[in-house]
Amino acid sequence: MTVAPVEVDQPTAGEAVAADLPWLVIVWNDPINLMSYVTYVFQKLFGYTREKADRLMLQVHHEGRAVVASGPREKAELDVFRLHEHGLWATMQHES
Amino acid sequence: MKPHFKRAHRGGVDVHFDPEERAVLRTLPANVREALEGFDLSSRPEDPAIARLYPGAYLDHEEDDAEYRRLMHGELHEGRLAALETFEAAIDTEHLDDEQAWAWLRSFNDIRLLLGTRLEVTEDEVSKRYNPGDPRAAPLALYGYLSWLEEELVAALSS
Repeated sequence: MTVAPVEVDQPTAGEAVAADLPWLVIVWNDPINLMSYVTYVFQKLFGYTREKADRLMLQVHHEGRAVVASGPREKAELDVFRLHEHGLWATMQHES
Repeated sequence: MKPHFKRAHRGGVDVHFDPEERAVLRTLPANVREALEGFDLSSRPEDPAIARLYPGAYLDHEEDDAEYRRLMHGELHEGRLAALETFEAAIDTEHLDDEQAWAWLRSFNDIRLLLGTRLEVTEDEVSKRYNPGDPRAAPLALYGYLSWLEEELVAALSS
């Protein structure tokens, strides 16, 4: 099965500083977190619609990982932290 | 069978548990606190279950990762214990407000992460592996029970 490509939220104009390439927030698949829970966490933390949250969850499930958010380093780190608070396995990396 | 959680018209979630079920829930917070005690928050934990609850943020940058752990894991730990306390204080309640419901959800999930990592569960394997003679039958049953409750609570909150 194929899953639609992830829509990455673009940083707003004020944040788009040339020197600050976006950091990608990545959620990795794990055998414990429930699919319904992961969708719910994406909705609550990022304000995504049910459809978008579901699509990202399925991408994590089928492909092993998905980029769920992006932005400047501080924002990405906060996103990772909030995902950790809710038990999701998240990391961040610089877009290359 | 009556659902454990139901979206309430006045907001939050109505809760329905048998006394036996509440007795099971009451045993959980002390066990979790004990499991989370006595490890160094600033370094990568050796226990896989603890490592799962306190993950790093950077895969390829050890220095950045150490900095993240140093700065954030204390707060992660405090928040986890606070949610557990909120859960514990409301075990006998018939109604949870949204904030309490989130704390329940977090606690269910944290306990499942601890148990699931210790039991090395894989996707869809819980029911297949369940065997009453297995010494791990009790924790596996608890893991399955909490998965069921978490699923129900998410469904109630999403409705």
